[in-house]
Amino acid sequence: MRCDDLADPLAAAADGSVLLGGDEREHVERCLRCQAELVQHRRVLRAMRALRTEVLEPAPGLLSDILAGLESAGERRAIRSLIQGHRAAYLGGLAAATAAGAAGAIVFANRARRLRTAS
Amino acid sequence: MPQDVAHLVTVARDGDRDAFDDLVRVTYAETFTLALRLTGNEEDARDVVQEAYIRAFKGLSRFRGDAQFSTWMYRITANCANTHLAKRTKHRHEKLEDTDPIVDDRPGADPQLQADGSALRRRLTAALADLPPKLRQVVVLRDIYDLPHEAIAAELGISETAAKVRLHRARRKLREDLFPPRVEEAADAV
Repeated sequence: MRCDDLADPLAAAADGSVLLGGDEREHVERCLRCQAELVQHRRVLRAMRALRTEVLEPAPGLLSDILAGLESAGERRAIRSLIQGHRAAYLGGLAAATAAGAAGAIVFANRARRLRTAS
Repeated sequence: MPQDVAHLVTVARDGDRDAFDDLVRVTYAETFTLALRLTGNEEDARDVVQEAYIRAFKGLSRFRGDAQFSTWMYRITANCANTHLAKRTKHRHEKLEDTDPIVDDRPGADPQLQADGSALRRRLTAALADLPPKLRQVVVLRDIYDLPHEAIAAELGISETAAKVRLHRARRKLREDLFPPRVEEAADAV
């Protein structure tokens, strides 16, 4: 096994989530270069984790821009729901009128049939 | 602080707009930090943060609260950053100015710097910025923000295997940048 073959396994094993295979472990135990590489990976990883607590200060104005964006998104949403509400009311009214018309037509047809039968 | 955030989330989910604004005030610097690390550019980071909060606002009713709000925001931000970067049609290239000092200031060239943790951090930040965006996104989300491979893959629209491959490549690249082989080692390798 060559050191170069271990480049990816060492990168994967740096955080301890992946274990090296038997042959790989055996090689690392004998190879100073691979041991140094693993140590370097772990140092980089520790430095990466330390960045987690670091908060970068944005330039002034970002907060007001975000809030303004939310304001207009909220307004757009309100207008959309208003339009949808009007549309629903319109369609509901149309459906009710159609149903009433159909019921009236049935009643009228029945009455006409009864009158024809009686005469 | 997390309890405050949890309370604000609950109130904002009930439709309180002011509570959502407060949530933004409490979390926006952290969200911006992630966006900047993902995009490597302040202008892009600002756009990503704005888009992320609009998406969060629209989707807050779907936030179940079984994860932390910050983790949920990380995922939204990662997704927005990925979309934003994908929209870019041309790549930015930094010009090498004539005024740039021609010195080897890599940490490996200076043992004093190598021993200095804060210098390593500075170098790391620079090395992260130099990574290709696809590698940077994965390593930032995994190794700084501790997102699981599954979440990273989902937000970046790639398979878990691809996410892992990119992570290993990014780690190798960072290590090589931060600890370049010494001259005699490089000669031995040839």
